[in-house]
This record gives sequence, C-alpha cells and structure tokens, in this order.
Amino acid sequence: MIKIDHLTHIFYKESTKEEVKALDDVSLEIHEGEHIAVLGHNGCGKSTLAKHLNALLLPTAGTVEVDAVDTANEADLWTIRQMVGMVFQNPDNQLVATTVEEDVAFGPENMGIEPAIIRQRVDEALDAVAMTAFKDKGPHLLSGGQKQRVAIAGIIAMRPKYIVFDEPTAMLDPIGRQEVMNTIHYLNKQEGLTVINITHFMEEAVQADRVVIMEHGKIVLSGKPKEVFTQVDLLKEMQLDIPPIAELAALLHKENKNIAADIMTIEEMVTELCLWK
Amino acid sequence: MLKDITIGQYLPGHSFLHSLDPRTKIIAVLIYMISLFVVNNFFGLGFMLLLSFVVVLTSQIPVKFFFRGIKAIIFIVSLTVILQMFMTPGEIMWQFGIFKITKEGIHQAIFMGTRLILLVSVTSILTLTTTPISLTDGIEHLLKPFQRFGVPAHELAMMMTIALRFIPTLIEETEKIMKAQAARGADFESGNLVQRAKAMIPLLVPLFLNAVKRADELAMAMEARCYHGGENRTRLKALQYTKRDYVAAVLCIGMVAGAFTSRFI
Ligand SMILES: Nc1ncnc2c1ncn2[C@@H]1O[C@H](COP(=O)(O)OP(=O)(O)OP(=O)(O)O)[C@@H](O)[C@H]1O
Ligand SMILES: [Mg+2]
Repeated sequence: MIKIDHLTHIFYKESTKEEVKALDDVSLEIHEGEHIAVLGHNGCGKSTLAKHLNALLLPTAGTVEVDAVDTANEADLWTIRQMVGMVFQNPDNQLVATTVEEDVAFGPENMGIEPAIIRQRVDEALDAVAMTAFKDKGPHLLSGGQKQRVAIAGIIAMRPKYIVFDEPTAMLDPIGRQEVMNTIHYLNKQEGLTVINITHFMEEAVQADRVVIMEHGKIVLSGKPKEVFTQVDLLKEMQLDIPPIAELAALLHKENKNIAADIMTIEEMVTELCLWK
Repeated sequence: MLKDITIGQYLPGHSFLHSLDPRTKIIAVLIYMISLFVVNNFFGLGFMLLLSFVVVLTSQIPVKFFFRGIKAIIFIVSLTVILQMFMTPGEIMWQFGIFKITKEGIHQAIFMGTRLILLVSVTSILTLTTTPISLTDGIEHLLKPFQRFGVPAHELAMMMTIALRFIPTLIEETEKIMKAQAARGADFESGNLVQRAKAMIPLLVPLFLNAVKRADELAMAMEARCYHGGENRTRLKALQYTKRDYVAAVLCIGMVAGAFTSRFI
C-alpha cells in the first residue's frame, strides 16, 4: 500500500522568487492491485504528486510511505524506485539505449542484477508488451505507441509493485493510445500490478477502479467512476470534461427516472436502452 | 537528406570480425595504426596493403562502404599528397620557378596518401562490424584501468551511448523545424555565408531549447530507473573473450613483427 499523509509540496521559483504550493495537504491511500485514474487541469499538481511516489521529489510537509517505507528515508531510495516504476509523457525522452533490448535492460542493470537473470526479465518484459519482434531495433525506428510500450517494458523488467503513468498517451495517436491502454489493463488485470494513471482522457478514467480529481494542489473528489462522473453539475462547475456516455446517461435520467444515471460505457448504455424497446 | 549522415554506422553480419570482442578490435586498430607508421619502405607498405585487403575481405562488407569513406576524406588526402610532394626537400626531379618536386617528396606523398586511405578504411571496419553498444562497452572496459587517474570511464561511455541514441532523434527534429520554418518563408539555401548563418538562428534556437528540455526529462527518467552511475552496475551482455580473440591477438603480434622486420629488408 502507498500511504500519502497530509502531503504538502512547495516549489521555490528562483526566477521570480515566489513560492508555489503545488500540493496542499493531500491524503490518499493506494491499495495493492488497484487501478487509479488521476484527473485535473494543467498545473493542478498531478505530476508533482506522481514524483512523490518514487522519491523524485520529497515532501515539504507530511509523509509518503510505500509499503510502510518512508520515501524521505535516503537509505531506502533505490528500494522505493524499484518498487514504484514511472512512465512519463514523452516516449522519446525516456529511452536511453540504442536498441530496444538494451533499453529494457537499463533498469535491471542499474540494480546490479546477474546478466542471466536480466536476460530472462528482458525477454519476459518484452513479451508482456508484445514488442519481442523489435528487440534489436533502434528506438528511433518505432512508432510513438511502440516506444511507449518499450518504456513500459523497461519498468516492468525492474519488477515493481506499482507503476505510475504520467499522461502516457498524451503524445500518441488513437492507435498508439489504444495499444498503451491495452498494455496498462493487461498489467493491472493479468499481472496484478497496481496502476496509477494520470490522464486527460475521460475514456481512460472510466475504466479505472477509482478516480481522483485534483484542483489547485488538493484532492477535491475521489471515488468509483460511477460515483464521480454522476456528479455532473459539480464537474461542470470545475470545467472538467465528462465522459460523453456519462453525460448522456445523466440527461436521459433527468427526462426518465427509469434510466439509470450511472452508465459509463457504450455497452452498458446499449443494454440499458434495449430494455426499453 | 540529413538522414544520410551515418555516424558509427553498423552493418549486421556474421563474419569473423563481427564475432570478435570489441576490446580486441579497438586494440587491433591501434596496433594497426602503429604498424602503418612503423613501415618505411615499399616492402613494408606492400605488406600492410596486402594485410588490409585480407581484413576488408574477411569483414564481408560491400566495397562501396569503403569508397564512401575514402570519398569523404579525398580532399584531405589530396592536400597531404600535394604538400608532401612540393615541400619535402631533397634530390630535385622537376622544377618550375619556385615549385620543385623532389624524389623524397614523391616517396613521402605515396606513403602518406596510402597510409591515410588505409587508416580510414580499416578504422571504418571497426564501426561497421561492431554495434554501438559493444563499442561503448569496449571503450568503457579499456578505460577502466585509467579510472584511478581520474578518467571518467563509465560517464564517457554513457555519454557516447546517449549521444548515439539521440542523434537520429535530433536529426529528425532538425528536419521538422526546418520544414516548419521554410513553410513560414525561411530560406536556408540561398544568400552568402553570413545570410545563411543568420537563417540558421531560428533553427538552432528551438533545437537547443528542446535539447535542454530533453536532457532534463531524460535525467529524471534515468533516475526513476535507479540509475546512480557505474557503481555496482551489471550489463545484459557481459563482454567475454573467446578463442577467436586469441587468434586475433596472435595475428596482431604477427602484424607488428612483420612491420618491424620490413624495415631491415
Ligand atoms: N520544478 C518546478 N519549479 C517550480 N514550480 C514548479 C516546478 N514543477 C512544477 N511547478 C509548479 O507546480 C504546479 C503543479 O505542477 P505539475 O507539473 O504538478 O502540474 P500537472 O498537474 O502535472 O500539470 P500538467 O497537466 O500540465 O502536467 C504548477 O503551478 C507548476 O508551475
Ligand atoms: Mg504533469
């Protein structure tokens, strides 16, 4: 479990000499096997929160504990980074090596693992993201979605328990986005990894177990997608997008109370409407 | 257009040279360079020429790659040959005003020209038959003994790896920015040198800023993947000398020995 307890983070901007409170008294518990989506406007502190989960940033106040290990504990830094993997937005700027295979090996190499075991982990990781066929290719020859899958393989080769995705699909085309989301679901459902996905896409958010909405460095709303996205008025007030189907359900519900208001996906909607034939 | 630049180009293959340990190949190239400058008569030069042919054939690399390499240095070779021919003092063969060609000059010109061409051809075999990864690994290993004198072996190798990784990305980006600027009326092709240099500024500024941002993000991603320098770091493919490397070592000793002996013929 990752336990975030009254976490505050203040950036000090050298240029303007002003303080930015990027996180303001945030508390959140992330349980094993969960898939959490984090939503919020630009600059609300999502990335800052993410960087606290693997000690890329340390709290100004409050604590973050990963499996009861405090991230501020310097002696445990590499254990924490191994347990909490992180995939970033730009696929180009997180691949280090000149071939796919070598890149996936980068993490395990840093951890000082035996070559034979690295080999095994690299093969398994590439298999998990369906990129085995590309193992000898240079990263620059891959599509955006493929690069991002290689980046994910590089993380799972380190055998983490938690993976934080910071807008992993923001720079991808629809096909790439679908590939990456399928991989994320596979890891969460089949491999039992805990997933924290920061995103701007509502279609991705409705597929999570829990949705966390942030605003001005605070968590303002949190709950199951069905609980969160039915609060249409509140979301509109925050100027957040609402998943189209959820909005449609809300409108239909207003006209006809017999139609459930908490419909999130097209399939559910079809089933529901067909009852009214 | 920019994509044609191939730095440290590698050609996959299964030749004897491909299968050698990168350390063996790097040292062999150094020994080859020394031998090339040890020989001082036509017997020696012939010996080295013959050897180079054998090496080129063993590499199974299409000859056009060597011609391409030679074409790139043709200007330097010509300049060297001309300078040697006219500037070396000695027995005059032909004279026109202050220009004179000496017998020693012709001798020197042939030697320097051949040496340069052989040097470039054989060195390019090193990069053509070795993947960038094993090349940097080889350099890292060979520099390790010098670490105690402050040579940052691991850091240098990591820098080379990252440079090789990002060269194609940066080239791609340059082309993208060039197209974007050209669409807004920028002209990179015409005008004198100063005008052309000025036209490059709107190209270099975004390129540089992006590179800085990239470096920042990459550093963050590397840290997130537990990177903390070369200490206790293992490798997926550990370097390992095999029988072939010992064969190569014996051949190298033969080469230097041959080169030295030729001086006394
Ligand atoms: N290194 C930094 N130095 C100073 N201020 C920073 C730094 N990083 C982030 N901030 C500020 O902290 C706030 C939160 O930034 P953060 O990157 O966490 O937002 P975000 O929710 O991830 O936004 P986005 O959706 O754009 O990625 C912003 O106001 C930002 O300007
Ligand atoms: Mg962000």
